[in-house]
Amino acid sequence: MEDEAHSAWARAGAAAAVFAVDPAALGGLWLRARSGPARDRFLAQLAALATYRKIHPNIADAQLFGGLDLSATLSAGHRVHTAGVLGARGVICLTMAERCPGGLAARLGQAVDAGTHGVIALDEGAEDDEAAPASLTERLGLFVALDGIGAGPLAPPPTTADEIAAARALLPSVTADAQALEALTVLAAELGIASLRAPLQAVAAARALAALAGRQAVASDDIRLAAELTFSHRATVFPEEAQPPAEEPEAPEAPEQPEDRAQGEEELPPIPQEILLEAVRAALPPGLLASLAAGRAARGRGAAAGSGAKRKGNRRGRPLPSRPGRLGSGAPVDLVATLRAAAPWQPMRRASAPAGHLLHIRPSDIRLKRYEERSDRLLIFTVDASGSSAMARLAEAKGAIELLLGEAYARRDYVALVAFRGTEAELLLPPTRSLVQTKRRLAALPGGGGTPLAAGLRTAFELAGQVRGRGMTPSLALLTDGRANIALDGRADRRAAGADAERLADACRAEGLPALVIDTATRPQRGLEALAHRLGAAYLPMPRADAHGLSAAVTGALGG
Amino acid sequence: MTQPFPFSAIVGQDEMKQAMILTAIDPGIGGVLVFGDRGTGKSTAVRALAALLPPIRAVAGCPVNAERLADCPDWAEIGSKRVVKKPTPVIDLPLGATEDRVVGALDIERALTRGEKAFEPGLLARANRGYLYIDEVNLLEDHLVDLLLDVAQSGENVVEREGLSIRHAARFVLVGSGNPEEGELRPQLLDRFGLSVEVASPTDIQQRIEVIRRRDAYETDTTAFLKRWRAADTRLRKKILAARAAIAALETPEQTLVDCAELCVALGSDGLRGELTLLRAARALAAFEGADTVTRAHLRKIAPSALRHRLRRDPLDEAGSAIRVARTVDELFGAFATAAE
Repeated sequence: MEDEAHSAWARAGAAAAVFAVDPAALGGLWLRARSGPARDRFLAQLAALATYRKIHPNIADAQLFGGLDLSATLSAGHRVHTAGVLGARGVICLTMAERCPGGLAARLGQAVDAGTHGVIALDEGAEDDEAAPASLTERLGLFVALDGIGAGPLAPPPTTADEIAAARALLPSVTADAQALEALTVLAAELGIASLRAPLQAVAAARALAALAGRQAVASDDIRLAAELTFSHRATVFPEEAQPPAEEPEAPEAPEQPEDRAQGEEELPPIPQEILLEAVRAALPPGLLASLAAGRAARGRGAAAGSGAKRKGNRRGRPLPSRPGRLGSGAPVDLVATLRAAAPWQPMRRASAPAGHLLHIRPSDIRLKRYEERSDRLLIFTVDASGSSAMARLAEAKGAIELLLGEAYARRDYVALVAFRGTEAELLLPPTRSLVQTKRRLAALPGGGGTPLAAGLRTAFELAGQVRGRGMTPSLALLTDGRANIALDGRADRRAAGADAERLADACRAEGLPALVIDTATRPQRGLEALAHRLGAAYLPMPRADAHGLSAAVTGALGG
Repeated sequence: MTQPFPFSAIVGQDEMKQAMILTAIDPGIGGVLVFGDRGTGKSTAVRALAALLPPIRAVAGCPVNAERLADCPDWAEIGSKRVVKKPTPVIDLPLGATEDRVVGALDIERALTRGEKAFEPGLLARANRGYLYIDEVNLLEDHLVDLLLDVAQSGENVVEREGLSIRHAARFVLVGSGNPEEGELRPQLLDRFGLSVEVASPTDIQQRIEVIRRRDAYETDTTAFLKRWRAADTRLRKKILAARAAIAALETPEQTLVDCAELCVALGSDGLRGELTLLRAARALAAFEGADTVTRAHLRKIAPSALRHRLRRDPLDEAGSAIRVARTVDELFGAFATAAE
């Protein structure tokens, strides 16, 4: 255990030093750690080596890119620009990176790509699916994970600023031979890393390590450590290891050795791929790979969900407390809050200012209004009106829907109605809030014919895609007895119909469409339960669903 | 950024390179959209293209790069009548750009110091007769997208704000890049792009190593690397210029028009923009390859880029849209190139 902490700290120290030597080529450093003594200690090490400017995830574009300083311009009589954080070259430290919105990640990513900035992302993600956006982390070459590692009394002494300066001076003359490039590229491919940024950054890291050790050429130890630092968090697969796992503990000791072997190793012996692989594997805290993969998957779903559930706008919605801000950013001024902010200072300002003004307001007093806007939810009822369903319990299903409609109305949700019978599905009612209209259509819904379940799902799926584009958050409520017997192309083929329905269920799930399946058959259907599982939906057989149970299920399944 | 990576030195990514070259030959094709994984060299290619393009002739000091004095907007105060050569403008539209910066706004400095109402041109003016590049185009704010759609359609930027009423030409080739994982583009914006390509990281190890090798060489000794690739870039530039001259004399047989229309009908692409782009791109490709007529072979080669983004999405077809286009082409023209091609 102590060994592990020791090598983890050795790696972290090496990452900090490498980053300080060449921040632009490495893109950045992704630090995944909860706040605590370990993180504080690492940041103290880093701060001693590199100067950086801190930003937070809600930084405004004006602060980031700079802009016209209106009040200074007015008083000076010529244009005064404020320099943004991205104005000058340097290192930027993004705090709370796990809360970084996609737009900011893209802006920082562009700065990293331009080679003008290095980014330190402090990721405090607690849950597996909580991590800095992939578009940013992909560009950050180095990865340090400190969770579960003590502050480490045994850690080797950190690199000093003088050593960094010496390494920077040496860096331009450090060469990496073709063999090193090849080894790192092949290793990246074997680890399932698609991006070509990874091997490039690994080469840069190897160079920086060589420079730190005072070498003119990249040595095998540099390559090994560089691979550990830059590949471990990107790896998606580990090839089956040829070695028994007992040999694993050998690899972590590597980072401590470069100093001893620094001299006289001009000749680069070929490095067996397995050793590199083991080194990368050892650099990875146990379980992290799986959790990062889970996070990536979750994020992919979230991104596909489009304009999410909550948006902080400044025009409408539920009011939030006002914040200090600048005039001219387009947001409305909260007059009362501004006056309140200015009030305590009035006597002092009156005393210092020339007479005549009743009220003294400074730019720092300005408060801007903010609103939280929830995007509208849409409940898409997809109702089976086929013969089999009609015989049994279409009337009951209608009753259930009316109940759900009442709920939807109370929550100010939109509803849409898709019915399928015969050979096709039909959008009976486009998204509306009108309860009366929906009830009327529902009452007039005729029954009979085959069960084109797949067609119904497709119509609902397409509708969900359309309304997402309009900023709504759709959910699906499917009421059917599950006896699908009409395929998508209109053929009466039970097997094809089932297969089509399953494929559509997969498509819905891939799009992250929340769903609820209500089984309207007299006895619960095995097949339908399986389909609900495929949809990732809650399954509710109606025989057991009374009015109360239904509405509770809908609220639960569709997220309140 | 000092010297961009040479265009000819980009390894693989043939479809993307082809699309960019075609828009350089005929800007009327209307822009390129590059979608793909991270770290596949999308931005690199666009910056490289900028360095590759032949210079344009423009009136010195004209804010919209007009070719003749008569074309300069009346609000621009142009000191000299000289026509100078300058590099084709490739203007970056950063995600954080404000509307003021994009369309132009009242020149505050002059308004404040001299009390004059003057127009300060924005990025759209600077991009006239050149390229407008939007990285992460799918993350662009909605109001900027709306604005761009309108300008890209009309070729004219109209500013009605702060007491100004200004219009100027804004014809540019829109180049967008993005990662589909981060969100999709609205179909209206998709349609504005003439060609669309998908890029992926190369899977071939040797190719990957070559990418890293070249990139490393470029970064360690930029000057030597550029020198090594200058000849190839010059050759390509000359070929583009020759194609531009040849395109007018190119013959388009009736059969090619029929093929275009049939292909678009079979694929069910909305509107006629698909046919028009397909034809223009095929002509540009024929000119680039030095052919004197446009044939099916050209259509076959360009169809995926020109039509991929105009198809209706089919949730059940797991195959990419490029494969759907290729499949339809095979059905219509036959699976193998025939003698007629």
